[in-house]
Amino acid sequence: MNRIKSIEAVNDFVIKFANVNGSGSASANELFAKAILRMGVPVSPRNIFPSNIQGMPTWYEVRVSEKGYLGRRGGVDIMVAMNPQTWDADLAEIQPGGYLFYDSTRPIPESQFRKDIEVIGVPLTEISNAAYTDARQRQLFKNIIYVGALSVLLDLDAAVFEKLFAEQYRGKEVLLDSNVRALHMGRDFVKEHLQAPLGIRVQRADNVGDQIFVDGNSAAALGCLYGGATFAAWYPITPSSSLPEAFQKYCDKFRVEEGSGKNKFAIVQAEDELASIGMVVGAGWNGARAFTATSGPGISLMQEFIGLAYFAEIPVTIIDVQRGGPSTGMPTRTQQSDLLVCAYASHGDTKHVLLFPEDPHECFEFAAAALDLADHLQTPVFMMSDLDIGMNQRLCKPFEWDDERRYDRGKVMTAADLEAGKDFGRYKDVDGDGIPWRTLPGTHPTLGSYFTRGTTRDAYARYSERGPDYIYNMERLLKKFKTAADMVPQPIVNKAARATKLGVLYYGSTSPAMQEALDALTVQGANLDAMRVRAFPFSEAVRKFIEEHDKVFVVEQNRDAQMHALLVNELEIDPAQLIKILHYDGTPITERFISEGIKLHLEAADVQS
Amino acid sequence: MTYLAKPKLRHPTLTANKVGYTRRDYEGRISTLCAGCGHDSISAAIIQACWELDIEPHRVAKLSGIGCSSKTPDYFLGASHGFNTVHGRMPSVLTGANLANRDLLYLGVSGDGDSASIGLGQFANAMRRGVRMCYIVENNGVYGLTKGQFSATADRGSKSKKGVVNRDNPVDLVGLALQLGATYVARSFSGDKAQLVPLIKGAIDHGGAAFIDIISPCVTFNNHSGSTKSYDYVRQHNEAVSRIDFMPVHSEITVDYPAGEVTEVQQHDGSVLHLRKLREDYDPTDRYAALSYMNAHHARGEIVTGLLYLDQVAADLHQSLNTSDTPLFALQEADLCPGKKALDKVNASLR
Repeated sequence: MNRIKSIEAVNDFVIKFANVNGSGSASANELFAKAILRMGVPVSPRNIFPSNIQGMPTWYEVRVSEKGYLGRRGGVDIMVAMNPQTWDADLAEIQPGGYLFYDSTRPIPESQFRKDIEVIGVPLTEISNAAYTDARQRQLFKNIIYVGALSVLLDLDAAVFEKLFAEQYRGKEVLLDSNVRALHMGRDFVKEHLQAPLGIRVQRADNVGDQIFVDGNSAAALGCLYGGATFAAWYPITPSSSLPEAFQKYCDKFRVEEGSGKNKFAIVQAEDELASIGMVVGAGWNGARAFTATSGPGISLMQEFIGLAYFAEIPVTIIDVQRGGPSTGMPTRTQQSDLLVCAYASHGDTKHVLLFPEDPHECFEFAAAALDLADHLQTPVFMMSDLDIGMNQRLCKPFEWDDERRYDRGKVMTAADLEAGKDFGRYKDVDGDGIPWRTLPGTHPTLGSYFTRGTTRDAYARYSERGPDYIYNMERLLKKFKTAADMVPQPIVNKAARATKLGVLYYGSTSPAMQEALDALTVQGANLDAMRVRAFPFSEAVRKFIEEHDKVFVVEQNRDAQMHALLVNELEIDPAQLIKILHYDGTPITERFISEGIKLHLEAADVQS
Repeated sequence: MTYLAKPKLRHPTLTANKVGYTRRDYEGRISTLCAGCGHDSISAAIIQACWELDIEPHRVAKLSGIGCSSKTPDYFLGASHGFNTVHGRMPSVLTGANLANRDLLYLGVSGDGDSASIGLGQFANAMRRGVRMCYIVENNGVYGLTKGQFSATADRGSKSKKGVVNRDNPVDLVGLALQLGATYVARSFSGDKAQLVPLIKGAIDHGGAAFIDIISPCVTFNNHSGSTKSYDYVRQHNEAVSRIDFMPVHSEITVDYPAGEVTEVQQHDGSVLHLRKLREDYDPTDRYAALSYMNAHHARGEIVTGLLYLDQVAADLHQSLNTSDTPLFALQEADLCPGKKALDKVNASLR
């Protein structure tokens, strides 16, 4: 049927599963991805799912890359088309020379296929219905049967699957046996009736190493636990809900007092985001490390409290797992579009600290760092994750922790300090870094109490409407923000192989696609120095990087070039020096999108790199 | 000038309580409210209650929202930490603060605009959760700081100072608190100190969510005829169901009560409330009877005051969450961080 040469690729292809939401495909697809990992070949799967519980289309796209590229590449080499609803669009996505895998139980007219792809039909429903009578079993095992069929087509070891099943169903032998049986039904059919393996296939390699496979929300939750958070308040919102749920799970495991069985944590599912941030503010005021996790609409609701926490100087950690906005936007799709609403959250003059993790490893690290920074700076600190990092399992460096590490609880005056006669001015800059000292409620019977408020006050926390008192405060807060620039995770620079006046600046979940794009561009003769910004406020290194280059591409996943806006606003960069590369259709940015965007610009401008 | 320091003069005749503090040690800054404001009487009652309870002032955290009533925590317990939060959101801040440090006593001060209008959701949910606190609403049915608009507790048909008639039904916070599971519910009047002080003492000592709605006339905007929250109206329509006296744990009972008129109610920690029932048909341990009694009297235009409901074995949010006896804020690295070895195991499970 195929008239052009089929794609040949070992350990380097994209496979996409088109499923129906709620059909049980998710665990079968995850099994497939894990099997490839166990063969030593890096994969990065991405869920593309609807805001729905059952019946709508859902996709699972797996990038297989021996070189370890974990971003989306763009294009699909093999489509596993299990959803008749999306058949046409799914077929259209396959690269010429690619493959289509489908359920051939019911004949499909030839006109429904493409002539430039290879078609592989397996009568999945027929096989499943012959083996099972229960409707639910028929559906669930059909998924395992297609994984079995694909395993032969792509040359995956049956033993790897059997081991994964054995780990998953330890002690549940009935389930173990039935899954292994279903897998082999699929394998046997392909071996008997079809040619295998295909031109694209997997070969054992050793490129996974000690990396771990985990989603960013679990990683951030574990980071909060390691970082000493004892309190979390939250309100359910996609794509952040799994974060506090993971925190609960880790707390149940690691934070129960021996003997008493009591909890060394408290988690409250609040009535809304206003209450969740309010509770976190209350806990922070009382000296407990506290966080909330939310997404864009939740951030909108929290605005007033964020302003209070900024002005009253209360440590608060907010994890924003970003999704598409505005309003309720695209609740199950990814974006980096909350930068501005977080950087300048609330009324009045405010500026906040933002951290941009690139993967689950940094979600862990930055969550713990955010708790330290919030205490040290006595201010809200945002960790800006997104759906792409938060809700997809990603291969990354293992989590690290130094047992010598101590929590930075910031400047807290003790009863002994007060007794010793230390001058306590709650809003007084005594150390020159803009950060004042605080006391916790209940510290001393007669010394160190003060009234916390959102209204103006003098350096000793006394109500004041005097202009100079207000200005002293606002200037000190600005100084504190400058102090923050040196404390936050610093940017990482990746120099091109040869000297260049072109630069590219990116952040967060764009990272893996960017790394692949840089390699692809180098091969094509375009050399760019790259800077991954990891936090706001920007350190001097960011200004220097931009100054050292004639043109700097700013790659981000939003419409309004929000990082670009922050760079221009905070560093007073000439906007003409920055070129926007913007991806915002709700899917994670791809290598091809970045490479082509940069190439197009370079060709148009005829710039020599 | 909205800030005035109060001169710290100690009168030699001032008596110290058991923890060595005089009544003056429980005072705050000079009030900036209007002369004659009911709220100042409530502040005085809080001062009296804390002094009588022998509470060390720094063991109290006082939190409020925004409004005239929410300014008052600056005017009492100057040695306590206070937090003037955002409008209508004091309950969430108090909840978080309470979970972070279970060793302090929490005093939430709010108003009718703060709790019944903008903050109704937070009020309701704090009651639902059973946060251990003494939650006081200084209820005058009007917005004072913004010059006399109706709040959500203003009765239907009541008249504003400008002569505008309120067309909306009132929110009854006491009724809500009863329905939502508050375990100590009372209503009082700012002008009735004899009733108010013991009610506040009982609430502070209560083991769960304690709520007191205190009708507190606004002398500037809501003390005219046609208002149902004026001094005259409340005095004429006050239907007190009980008078209580509060006996903390271990204190000797020195007052003699005529038998048959007094019911002893013990709270979680052993402290005793002597409840002098003024109405024989009133049962303060029956949540639903309390509701219907109150509603029946409200329909007759009467304001029922006193201890309306008490659950002696109240549980609080810490019990629901099974939190450690050590306050969460005081836990250190050794208590909180599982360390590298445990992390390596987590890593291994993710391969």
